[in-house]
Amino acid sequence: MTPDLIYDQLIGAGCVKKLVFSWGGNPGVGSLHRLRDAVENGWPQPIEIEEHAHAGMAAAYSAGASNLPFGMLRGYVGTDLVKYNQRIKFIDCPFTGAKLAAIPAHRPDVTVVHAQKADRKGNVLMWGVVGVQKEAVLAAKRAIVTVEEIVDDLHSPPNSVVLPSWVLSAVCEVKGGAFPSYAQGYYQRDNAFYKAWDFIARDRATFQTWIDRHVLGTKDFAEYKRSLEGATSHA
Amino acid sequence: MPEGAYTSDEMMTVAAARMIRNGVTLFVGIGLPSAAANLARLTHAPDTVLIYESGTIGAKPTVLPLSIGDGELSETADAVVSIPEIFSYWLQGGRIGLGFLGAAQIDKYANINSTVIGDYNKPKVRLPGSGGAQEIAGFCGEVLITLRQNNRAFVKKLDFLTSGGYFEGGDSREKLGLPGKGPTNVITDLGILTPDPETKELTLTSLHPGITVEQVVAATGWPLKVAPKLDVTAAPTAAELSVLRDLNERTARAHAGQA
Repeated sequence: MTPDLIYDQLIGAGCVKKLVFSWGGNPGVGSLHRLRDAVENGWPQPIEIEEHAHAGMAAAYSAGASNLPFGMLRGYVGTDLVKYNQRIKFIDCPFTGAKLAAIPAHRPDVTVVHAQKADRKGNVLMWGVVGVQKEAVLAAKRAIVTVEEIVDDLHSPPNSVVLPSWVLSAVCEVKGGAFPSYAQGYYQRDNAFYKAWDFIARDRATFQTWIDRHVLGTKDFAEYKRSLEGATSHA
Repeated sequence: MPEGAYTSDEMMTVAAARMIRNGVTLFVGIGLPSAAANLARLTHAPDTVLIYESGTIGAKPTVLPLSIGDGELSETADAVVSIPEIFSYWLQGGRIGLGFLGAAQIDKYANINSTVIGDYNKPKVRLPGSGGAQEIAGFCGEVLITLRQNNRAFVKKLDFLTSGGYFEGGDSREKLGLPGKGPTNVITDLGILTPDPETKELTLTSLHPGITVEQVVAATGWPLKVAPKLDVTAAPTAAELSVLRDLNERTARAHAGQA
């Protein structure tokens, strides 16, 4: 739905052929400059975009999780997204004749989400702004969850958002794994990094130096985090 | 700044905040709308129910959120629901009285663009896109729009219609079957524009203090209609300014601390 800095890094590194999204910015800061460069100038390679609005994305993930061919919603009428995205169509309600928008179900090959806790069996508990993560997991062929910690007992009250281990392919403990975003109850968003990203990603050479040093030059997430901490500035 | 003085952005935020009736359920976009909504909640409209598209219902942030998904929003909310739920049960379900949006471009029928500047397939500037704006504009009972007024933003023809106001004017919105009334006020740094009851064309109805009609006309990319009897927006009160500045200072402090 909302590609963030990690998507910007993937796009700038030339790993992305197509982006399906509904809002692409650096939240509270401004643009995702690598996304913009790819769309505006085709650098480092042209990117295909399939653009929706949030409600359409949500309906498509819900449809995927429900094994329906498409998601359905009111809306999109009269807007220009319909002209450019051929995957937004309109159907007539068979009962009332109402005109409704239809979006093909999202069925990701792999969904990766970050949550707070898992127990030793691999059941996952998440809370706070859960967004569309449950639907994205259940819509996918495979799902990987990273968590802040693995505990003996989730102590989850009824109605909690729990992803049982048997719908997941892998659960990995990755402390700080939401970085530079936040994990509710664990740490806040690293706002300095979001601001620094605006500078890093604005210029191709600065971006290239950054990704060579901190991402391609490190062997795992822990080393990546240490590499960033060791830098005098985020750049 | 001398005592009683204020910036044009402060005037815009205060004028927008005053439009929010106490107790309304309000779907808030990030940026200028969020500042105005929280100013209203902290002044004349304490019972306003703030809803952000991340699924937080009844959020009461002490500082302005950096994004619609901030932890601050869910920690202070009455309820937090999933994204499919907030859009289907609450917004499409017709539970939200007022929506509040910003925009990059607006036309004379209050349609807005937050997608691209230039051609969609080869844009000069790729903007973030709709997010929830398209459905907020369609399904809230009514909509407020706030943005700075200049003729790059107030254009004769949008580069892209992201979210519908009154489309081609007249009854074209009703004909499309959108349930919400549409934009009822556009609040800028120069004045307030409201749609003509029949044609739905935006008409200048209030000037902020010290602003002239000529200034507003010059900042508008189409021949702007001006109401025969223009109001002058009341200047921000000392109380409004003090609450807004406290909020902005608290926000800056909190976000600087998140380094």
